[in-house]
Amino acid sequence: MDHPIKRDHARFRKIIKGKIRDNLRKYISRGEMPIPKGDGQFKVPMPSINTPRFIFGDKSQGGSGQGEGEAGDPVDGQGEPGAGEAGEGEGAKELDVEMSLEELAAILGDELELPKIEPKGKQNMQSTVDRYTSIGTVGPDSLKHYKRTYKEALKRQIAMGTYDPANPIVVPTKADMRYRSADTKIEFENSAVVIYMMDVSGSMGDEQKEIVRTESFWINLWLKSQYKDIEIRYIIHDATAKEVDEHTFFRTRESGGTLISSAFKLCKEIIQEDYNSNEWNIYPFHFSDGDNWSMEDTNLCLKILKEDIIPESNVFCYGQVESRYGSGQFYKDLTAAFGEEHEDVILSKIKNKDAILGSIKEFLGKGK
Amino acid sequence: MNRTKPLTGELASLRDEILGYATDYGLTFYPVMFEICNYDTVCILAANGGFPTRYPHWRFGMEYDQLNKGNTYGFQKIYELVINTDPCYAYLLSSNRFVDQKLVMAHVYGHADFFKNNAWFSSTNRKMMDVMANHGTKIRRYMEKYGVERVENFIDTVLSFENLIDMLELVKPNATFDTDQEEVDIKDDRSQALKSFMRSKIGKPEEVEKVLKDENPLDKLDEEIRGGRDIMRFLMDYAPIEEWEADIIGLLREEAYYFLPQRITKIMNEGWASYWHSKILTNKALRSSEIFDYADVHSGVMAMNAQNINPYRIGIELFRDIEYRWDTGKFGKDYLECNNMSEKQNWNKDTKLGKEKIFSIRKSHNDITFIDEFFTQEFCERMQLFTYKYNPRTGRNEIDSRDFETIKAKLLQQLTNFGNPVIEIESANYKNRGDLLLRHVHQGVDLDVGMTNETLRNLYKVWKRGVSITTQVEGVNKIISFDGKEISETSESK
Repeated sequence: MDHPIKRDHARFRKIIKGKIRDNLRKYISRGEMPIPKGDGQFKVPMPSINTPRFIFGDKSQGGSGQGEGEAGDPVDGQGEPGAGEAGEGEGAKELDVEMSLEELAAILGDELELPKIEPKGKQNMQSTVDRYTSIGTVGPDSLKHYKRTYKEALKRQIAMGTYDPANPIVVPTKADMRYRSADTKIEFENSAVVIYMMDVSGSMGDEQKEIVRTESFWINLWLKSQYKDIEIRYIIHDATAKEVDEHTFFRTRESGGTLISSAFKLCKEIIQEDYNSNEWNIYPFHFSDGDNWSMEDTNLCLKILKEDIIPESNVFCYGQVESRYGSGQFYKDLTAAFGEEHEDVILSKIKNKDAILGSIKEFLGKGK
Repeated sequence: MNRTKPLTGELASLRDEILGYATDYGLTFYPVMFEICNYDTVCILAANGGFPTRYPHWRFGMEYDQLNKGNTYGFQKIYELVINTDPCYAYLLSSNRFVDQKLVMAHVYGHADFFKNNAWFSSTNRKMMDVMANHGTKIRRYMEKYGVERVENFIDTVLSFENLIDMLELVKPNATFDTDQEEVDIKDDRSQALKSFMRSKIGKPEEVEKVLKDENPLDKLDEEIRGGRDIMRFLMDYAPIEEWEADIIGLLREEAYYFLPQRITKIMNEGWASYWHSKILTNKALRSSEIFDYADVHSGVMAMNAQNINPYRIGIELFRDIEYRWDTGKFGKDYLECNNMSEKQNWNKDTKLGKEKIFSIRKSHNDITFIDEFFTQEFCERMQLFTYKYNPRTGRNEIDSRDFETIKAKLLQQLTNFGNPVIEIESANYKNRGDLLLRHVHQGVDLDVGMTNETLRNLYKVWKRGVSITTQVEGVNKIISFDGKEISETSESK
């Protein structure tokens, strides 16, 4: 049995997860995002769970220290002492909680009651994986399973009556040998690609982009938890479109006009070149403030969507971020073309940061 | 499952060697049992306050999580743990180098001597290992009976006033903190309700008769409890709670008092242990090849820190300073009144009282009296101490002063009441309606407002009627109250 503290630890993790869940709406609307740590773990900003006590107010108190310096020199930011021993001290504890992608996605899924995504095309892609999970009677010595081997030998000796409890020597024979062996499993590949398109013309301000950034983070998180492999592509556009990396995507601001069709054309090309829809689950997302240059261009957009993008994709998502300058016309046009409830098109209006969570639910709630 | 094992081989003979030096220097202690274990186990033990078993609570899991992480990222390392019990248990990390183990063993004997001889530890229950295990068993049973969530929530509430205890209880004659009751087995809920009701009105059953004779029992009670600082005890005795809840307050109170002596002697205890590891190693135990490694570890432990004073360093230096002063006669009326600087500087009466003095200090002092009596201007300057203050203009803490009196006052203030605000009971019948009124004895630093509000909410859960506290906020006398619905703040009416 493990030490009882592991149970305390599990309990602590559970409480933490509950806290994160309770605060999810706050995190998301404030744009506080878990920080990826590279190994599939995320650092989550965490409200402290210190037990409330009568204690002294922190900042007014000051303190005493040791070292060089004149009056007025700062004492912050010198870190902790190099070494020290554990004591009964009770300092302020900053909680720095680590969560795996799966755990975070599970919290998001729970909170928003998201259905599992049913990947399409999974029958088409499969691969075999070998895992050493079973036991065989033949194999190389390097894979010998000693415990099982001796168990077999013991069983045999007891059955034959040659086992002497007073002198418990167990000698395996050739027939007792057991080896770890591989099980071959068929795994279905399910890969997905998310193509983010965003209007970066002058009317999309920093706040709008912040909303898109937060929203895309959580969408990515969820999709990553649902698919084995996931690729993410970014397209920005004003009157022309180009593919960029993530950094550029969120930081570019152009001043030109807006031709949404340029982005859709590029999106279509990317899909045609790189992603066979029989093998890939394709998620095009488009974010804009709803302004387009002309009705003519909008009609072109609808044509590309209907003929090229939607048939290839799991679902096409359009998020309209409200801004002071945007007319919101594109949303109306899309609604007119596809209706409020369309199988493969999801439209969402994001008024402000508080609406992000609801919008994520709209996009992912269909389980597509 | 055995996570720790006793010393064997060369470590066992090292222990015997160090034990010999420690005894020769005049240290006395209960038998010290060294055990060796891996880092995970040290983390578990440290998270549990040094004990192999505690009651189940998520906070120990949190400590464990952080200690473990601290190790993984390499900004923290625990070399040893020593538990104040008889026999005294000490855990050594298996990955320590041989020279580390030497240092740690000598350090442990220093702690063990302090635990045994310091007056503030005299009322400590030395069988705490068993007591902690019993508390665990009891609380687990309560959890089975009343539900994990319910018991855990109650513990969370109690932890909120765990620091409201009275340091002077430690040195009362016949002090004992064992309020253990036989586990209450409740079959009839009604009788329990009645009992709780009785508690709420008139206190402990044995006082029933006495109190009933008084005309206004609550006013009478007020006289008795006013000014009391052992608020845990007060709530255990007088709050309208169920027996098992009172029992849990009792268990947690006993544990709080167990850890209290260590909290009020941190500087002395660490200083004393460091003094002895340094003395034993440099005078006796070190081989010449180990000097560098020893110096490396020792200087790490003694590092100065701008944000906090390092108790190891202040402690060891102060003990050394005292030893030097009493060896050379730099104390007493003649020395203090001497105005000739060069005479004072070269003062050497060859009194050789140093060793005797530090042994007697470790017997009777705690951190406050230690600093108050022996912290001198020369020492303060040599230690490069300063005070700092938050500067709202730059948004950072900045060095404020290197003035001796200011620093000493700051240090004493930080140590007063083990660093916690002094809170007293004022009335259990506030506003003549059974509300609880506490008084924060304001000594220059305000309470943390957010925490105060939350604590009042938790106290309300136990007292079940309004709870208020008088304090000062930015120089204005205030009463902060929680009436079960909302927090309110009124300026105190005189």
